[in-house]
Amino acid sequence: MIEFHLDTRSGVSPYLQVVHQVRQALRLGFLREGDQLPTVKDVVARLAINPNTVLKAYKELEHAGLVAARPGIGTFVTKTFSDPSLAAHGPLRQDLRRWLAKARRAGLDDESIEALFRDSFRSASSEGVA
Amino acid sequence: MIRFTWRQFRTQALVVFGDLAVVAIVLAITGPHLVHLYNTTVATCGAHGDCSAADSAFLKNDRNLQIALEALVVVVPGIIGIFWGAPLVAGELETGTFRLAWTQGVTRTRWLAVKLGAVGLASTAVAGLLSLMVTWWSSPVDRVNMSNFVSFDYRDIVPIGYAALAFALGATAGVLLRRTLPAMATTLVTFVLARVALTHWVRPHLITPVHLDLALNPASTGYGSYSTLFSSSGGNTLQPSTPTIPNAWITATQIEDKAGRGLTTQYLRSACPKLGGNGGPGGGGRGGAGGSHQTSRVSAGAQQVLQDCVAKVGKTFHGGGGVSARQPVLGFPMVRAGDLPRCCPPSGRFLPLVGPPPPLLRRSAEPKRHPPTSNTSKVG
Amino acid sequence: MTAVLEASGLGKRYGRRWALAECTLAIPPGHVVGLVGPNGAGKTTLLQLAVGLLVPTSGTIEVLGARPAESSAQLGRVGYVAQEAPTYAGLSVADHLHFGAWLNPGWDNHMAEHRIEQLGLDPNQRARKLSGGQRAQLALTLAIAKRPELLILDEPVASLDPLARREFLRDLMQAVAEHDLSVVLSSHLVADLERVCDYLIVLCASRVQVTGEVEELLATHHRLTGARRDPSTLPAGQEVVEASHTDVQSTLLVRSDTPILDPSWDVEQVSMEDLVLAYMSQANNAERGRQSSLSALR
Repeated sequence: MIEFHLDTRSGVSPYLQVVHQVRQALRLGFLREGDQLPTVKDVVARLAINPNTVLKAYKELEHAGLVAARPGIGTFVTKTFSDPSLAAHGPLRQDLRRWLAKARRAGLDDESIEALFRDSFRSASSEGVA
Repeated sequence: MIRFTWRQFRTQALVVFGDLAVVAIVLAITGPHLVHLYNTTVATCGAHGDCSAADSAFLKNDRNLQIALEALVVVVPGIIGIFWGAPLVAGELETGTFRLAWTQGVTRTRWLAVKLGAVGLASTAVAGLLSLMVTWWSSPVDRVNMSNFVSFDYRDIVPIGYAALAFALGATAGVLLRRTLPAMATTLVTFVLARVALTHWVRPHLITPVHLDLALNPASTGYGSYSTLFSSSGGNTLQPSTPTIPNAWITATQIEDKAGRGLTTQYLRSACPKLGGNGGPGGGGRGGAGGSHQTSRVSAGAQQVLQDCVAKVGKTFHGGGGVSARQPVLGFPMVRAGDLPRCCPPSGRFLPLVGPPPPLLRRSAEPKRHPPTSNTSKVG
Repeated sequence: MTAVLEASGLGKRYGRRWALAECTLAIPPGHVVGLVGPNGAGKTTLLQLAVGLLVPTSGTIEVLGARPAESSAQLGRVGYVAQEAPTYAGLSVADHLHFGAWLNPGWDNHMAEHRIEQLGLDPNQRARKLSGGQRAQLALTLAIAKRPELLILDEPVASLDPLARREFLRDLMQAVAEHDLSVVLSSHLVADLERVCDYLIVLCASRVQVTGEVEELLATHHRLTGARRDPSTLPAGQEVVEASHTDVQSTLLVRSDTPILDPSWDVEQVSMEDLVLAYMSQANNAERGRQSSLSALR
């Protein structure tokens, strides 16, 4: 069974964090088809968050077709994350490593690399929103 | 709610009722002895000797206990009211627990009603039980002290009333002041003031006093000055003795003429010029209502002068064509059916049934064995 | 659905000062409501009005469809824990449970005893010997075991250490999950509320500044950064909550139901804390403006 954690400083709302963590777990193989997600009571006991938050997150995952709720028993994973983009992971990872090498050769330290990445990522994402 | 009130109140209740039990035991042990003494000395005194001596000898028994019990019955209703009434609401207001108590499933009205009712009832019960015990124990003493109205305040149902008053004052102070200690202090002061006011300013006016006229008796009229908390003679004058009217509350004794004018010092000096020459003969009479009395041993000659003077004043002020001197007595006779024969046999009509109702607990009537004192009485 | 708490023009005045003014609310059921604001803003006043410890000076308030504290039945449906969790110092934990049982018609003794056991409290210990956290937990037990529909908690964790605070909130959330409670809790710490509340009321300067579902508030409030600009030039539908300017740059916190498409703005999400702070400073500015106009009149 996976465990959730809450990052109160990330600025991301708790329910979204739960959704992300489930997706991440699916992606990384910690959750497989048929596995049970932690019950609402368990999550509440561990994180001291609003049970509605958990319910909402699970509902969204259900909408996305990733999990299914069985009343009285729990919420279970319905399918592994057959993300077509998984195939692209390999080449993308290689591109990233090349870029990282380039950044180091240009003299950037770890912090600068992270800052550059974050900034570009954010502005690229917000261009999608605005 | 009742169960919780008892739980909050449990320790205090047990302490107080425990103390009451101790008092009850002490009284149960000493009581029968007192009754026995009464039956053997005072009840039979007429047969062999001086009854007034037997009386005073009897009264000396357990004198400390008598005083202690008097103090107890005076003080306990007030104390109970202060310690149980004041913290009733103030305690909760002070500690903030009212925010807990008033948000359960009981409305505020019911909460207050139950607390006031239960603890108020307990307060009056304590006072009532104590008064019952003390009245029972003191009945031989009271029978001897027939003329003593002073015990009215600490017998029978009066302490119950005072307990209720103290409790009500305490609870009210607690609600208004919202702090326990100031409420207790305020209640103490207010209660004492209330008692004093009731006794001296309210009670005298509750019913019209009966006005009695009695002839001046040379044998029992004294001469001197007196001063009490509420009045003084302002110099030496004739002082009539207080008549013995059982359980009567005698509020004043004066010398006045038919028209109601008082005996002035000028008249006295003109009528009895020889009086007061030896530095003031003291009186053979007993003290006035609660006053301190200057008495001194005087020679037989001075006493004769006094007696002559009184006889003279009494004559001049009496009958004839002029004004008559009488000794008006304002009193509240308290009647008990069995007491009638004892008092004032010449005129049985003396006791018009005006007065506070007879106390709840009656002692069985037993005629007192010696005749009333020397004052003749005339209904005015 | 009937609101659990409905206030209309509610106000409470002490002498000349209004502790709460013109308060109009309709709190939907099934939520954990955070009442947040600085000290002295009127949070305690509002909650005490809701449980009947205070009587309104103006306006009306209805809780669960009835006037607060008007009957034994209504009192039984609302659980309340006051600030500092008052308890009877001389009575034991077990006595307090008896208190709850004797004074509440709907008392669930089994649940109360189970909770006390789980908390590790000694039933025979006097309340004055309990720690602050234990007293808070006892008070919460008393409020929950009467099986209310609505729980009202006044700064329940303000004086607790971090561990006690976390445990209290965890127990509260478990109770919400188990018994389908609605909760209104007040705090002046936003961080506590972020993880447990899904409905927010910001109370500042004795007035309600903003209310709404947390998700909706976070979705409709944005931080706009860009070249220096006059806030009044923004299109209608975009309401400025807070604005700050340097000589070249403007930062605005804006409420907008529709997405902001103007490319000259850098649009960011805001956190709950930023949102609350923005409304509080807006309220303070408004209050200062009100005071200065009053003194100008004098």
